[in-house]
Amino acid sequence: MTAVDETLGLPADDDAAEKAIVRRARMTAVATPLLTAVGLVAIWEIGVRAFGVPSYIAPAPSEVATTLVTEFPQLLRNFWPTLFESVLGFVVGNVAAVLIAIAFVHSRMVERAFFPIAVFINTIPILAIAPILVLIFGAGLTAKVVIAALICFFPTLVNMVRGLQSVSPQALELARILSATKSEVFWKIRLPSSLPFLFSALKIAATTCVIGAIVGEWVGADVGLGALIIDATFNFRSALLYATVFLSSGLSVLMFAAVSIAERMIVRW
Amino acid sequence: MEAVLENLDAGTMAPAASLRNAWVKFGQFTAIQDISLEIEAGAFYSILGPSGCGKSTLLRLVSDLIPPASGDVSIFGKTTEAARLAREFAFVFQDATLLPWRTALENVELPLEMGRSRGIKIPVSDKSPMELLELVGLKGREHALPHELSGGMRQRVAIARALVCKPKLLLMDEPFGALDEMTRDHLNLQLLKVWEETGVTILFVTHSIPEAVFLGQKVLMLKAHPGRLHEIVDIDLPYPRTTELRDTAEFTRYSAHLRKLLEAC
Repeated sequence: MTAVDETLGLPADDDAAEKAIVRRARMTAVATPLLTAVGLVAIWEIGVRAFGVPSYIAPAPSEVATTLVTEFPQLLRNFWPTLFESVLGFVVGNVAAVLIAIAFVHSRMVERAFFPIAVFINTIPILAIAPILVLIFGAGLTAKVVIAALICFFPTLVNMVRGLQSVSPQALELARILSATKSEVFWKIRLPSSLPFLFSALKIAATTCVIGAIVGEWVGADVGLGALIIDATFNFRSALLYATVFLSSGLSVLMFAAVSIAERMIVRW
Repeated sequence: MEAVLENLDAGTMAPAASLRNAWVKFGQFTAIQDISLEIEAGAFYSILGPSGCGKSTLLRLVSDLIPPASGDVSIFGKTTEAARLAREFAFVFQDATLLPWRTALENVELPLEMGRSRGIKIPVSDKSPMELLELVGLKGREHALPHELSGGMRQRVAIARALVCKPKLLLMDEPFGALDEMTRDHLNLQLLKVWEETGVTILFVTHSIPEAVFLGQKVLMLKAHPGRLHEIVDIDLPYPRTTELRDTAEFTRYSAHLRKLLEAC
């Protein structure tokens, strides 16, 4: 009787053991970076306390966390404008880049005329051009959107041109045998082929548009995470500064996640 | 007047493809030198030859992808362009060339969507895209994306796609060249079944001697540098052909004969 139990029990045990091993491996993969992060924060907390570092030079993580909670209404008030500018800049910059990429692929002349200009604009540091744009568009929303759009523009342009040209010569031969028109080739072959390229550019743009919006707010704004960063710095409210930076990075993560989810839903191949 | 004559000519007896002193040149390079030949409607021709003999170029010439430098090419009595616009022929590439974002079924339907805005009349097969997938043995995989299918399955989708506009001439450029031997043998049988069921004329480029013998009623041998016609060999083996045919003495004799011809090129 016991022998039967053992032989029956053994494979089940093996299976369970295997599952446990897989589970442990997965947990290790998640736990390792998490524990490292917790450890670093702990060292920071202990270091600040042990050496008596003044709060305005480097606040302790606990202090930043407290500020994040107590100042949450103020943080949120400044979060929305930056989110709005980032999203608007993302849309404007990428739509412009996609349209210009289509024009480039459509006509060599247009590409030859405008690509060097696009490269030149891309070489100007965003921090250098931001004040100029604020002078032109004023301290309102427009300047921030333009800066965010500008920073998104170039990677999308380059990737989209490559994506639209990524069609295999055989697919084009097939289209020719089917007597397809130029617009049919564009909508049914070129555009879908470019989507994986477009999404790699959009993932870059998802985080850089936030940088653009914040840089725009530095130069001239009274609301937004960028304005709050400047304000907190000049008033030595370091805990608030750190909390704002934390929220800015949270905004980038949010944008990136949104684009990634859209990609997974659209690019299924 | 000429159009009327052409239409009359395109009656019942017009050959599926006819080349008269056709030359193809790429700059200084002569890819095809003075080929004249007639492919009778409903036939199955294998095209064999050493690399550089212009096998693929010949198909591209017939399918209006490249123009002749001189000479005439006609398909069922029409110019290649007119035949292309009337969807008289379809092409199967070595690589299946499926659109990766479309399911097998949607890929088969692609020819029905293309060319519409040009206003051409698109002929439709009596069989629905679904039935065509069944014909090539892909029942149940209609909604799979190309990356979920094996190489052989992808090539079968490409064949179903080629049949969807009821072509009278099927041009195949080493369609099974990248597949393993078992899959290739299986697809050869299936292709013969399609040929027998649809009555389509087939020009089949291959670099495999057994494949050429197994499939074709005739084998068109080309010579290289420059590409020109070498010989047309009749394969007098009965249809329907079965796998056992490969082991017969006759089959081996044909293969040996073709190999000798190929070596003499």
